[in-house]
Amino acid sequence: MLKIGLFTFGGGYAMIALLENEFVSNKKWIDKDEFLDLVAIAESTPGPIAINSATYIGYKILGFSGSLTATVAMCIPSFVIIYIISVFFDSFLSVAIIASAFRGIQVCVIYLILSAGLKMLKQIKKTPFNIVIICSVSICMIVFSIFSVKFSTIFYILISGVIGIFANLIISLQKKESKE
Amino acid sequence: MIYLKLFLTFLQIGAVSFGGGYAMISLIREKALLYGWLNENELLNMIAVAESTPGPIAVNMATYVGSSQAGVIGSVVATLGIVLPSFIIILIIASLIRNFLKYKTVKAFLSGVRPCVVGLILATAGIMFLSTILNFTNVGQYRVPDIKGLIIFAILLVTATIYGKLRKKKPSPILMILISAVLGAVMYSF
Repeated sequence: MLKIGLFTFGGGYAMIALLENEFVSNKKWIDKDEFLDLVAIAESTPGPIAINSATYIGYKILGFSGSLTATVAMCIPSFVIIYIISVFFDSFLSVAIIASAFRGIQVCVIYLILSAGLKMLKQIKKTPFNIVIICSVSICMIVFSIFSVKFSTIFYILISGVIGIFANLIISLQKKESKE
Repeated sequence: MIYLKLFLTFLQIGAVSFGGGYAMISLIREKALLYGWLNENELLNMIAVAESTPGPIAVNMATYVGSSQAGVIGSVVATLGIVLPSFIIILIIASLIRNFLKYKTVKAFLSGVRPCVVGLILATAGIMFLSTILNFTNVGQYRVPDIKGLIIFAILLVTATIYGKLRKKKPSPILMILISAVLGAVMYSF
């Protein structure tokens, strides 16, 4: 796990391929089907995907102590690296050319977030329900931000989840009615 | 108590951040700006650092914010906060509810959350674009847009498209960060 935490540049999805390689192909700690289940669970529970996977695999292999070890091991490399960087970052930025470089990088980060969003947009099924939620969430958020209305992101997530539950209820009721 | 505040804030973020690191950015941005922990530029620097170092982006960001506010203990506390909810939830699922994903209500809830997360990420990118590149954050306040920033953004878009056509895959984030660093160093220094 420590090894995986150390080599996964670029976040959770990069980690999934590595995890599969290490635990399914090399060590055979869990089988392929179980691994697919694991990915589905890690994606649909809150929290970083990598941490979720580590906790799950750790538990499958060694129970509670396994999950604790795996999760801690997963965090240590990034924790140490980032901590060191964060200590020196400000003095690093006082060099003029580095500060300029970071202004360029800031632009790039916006591009990266946008392209991550677009990639998810491409992958999600284009049902009317999904399209309505995506549009209303993004429009609300941008408009609220422009008019400085404070509305926590947490509410968007919870409200959308509740809408999802209601939408499914309505659909299943309709199905019952049409059967009768 | 800055430690408690850091812990509770990241605990909250960890508990609702469905969909991985990028989804978390909008949450962390909101809290960090609200409490004055980071400004928009520092936030973008931090995301760049989190993105180009190994490890989960979320953990990286928590460590960074924690350390910038309250040193070692701050970063430990923030990281713990962000990891704890998922740790507990996964532990429960792995030990008790094997068929977690087969429950109808869970499925229905997630069916609403999934498109929401896509919307959040797109909106966050949009808001950051407005505030840092166009210098436009609120109605009634207008400043000159950052033309150099716009040019860099355009160059990145074109590079990514050409690269995508030639290699049939997207360029890695780290490559894009390197390109933008060179562009920034050249353009903003003069």
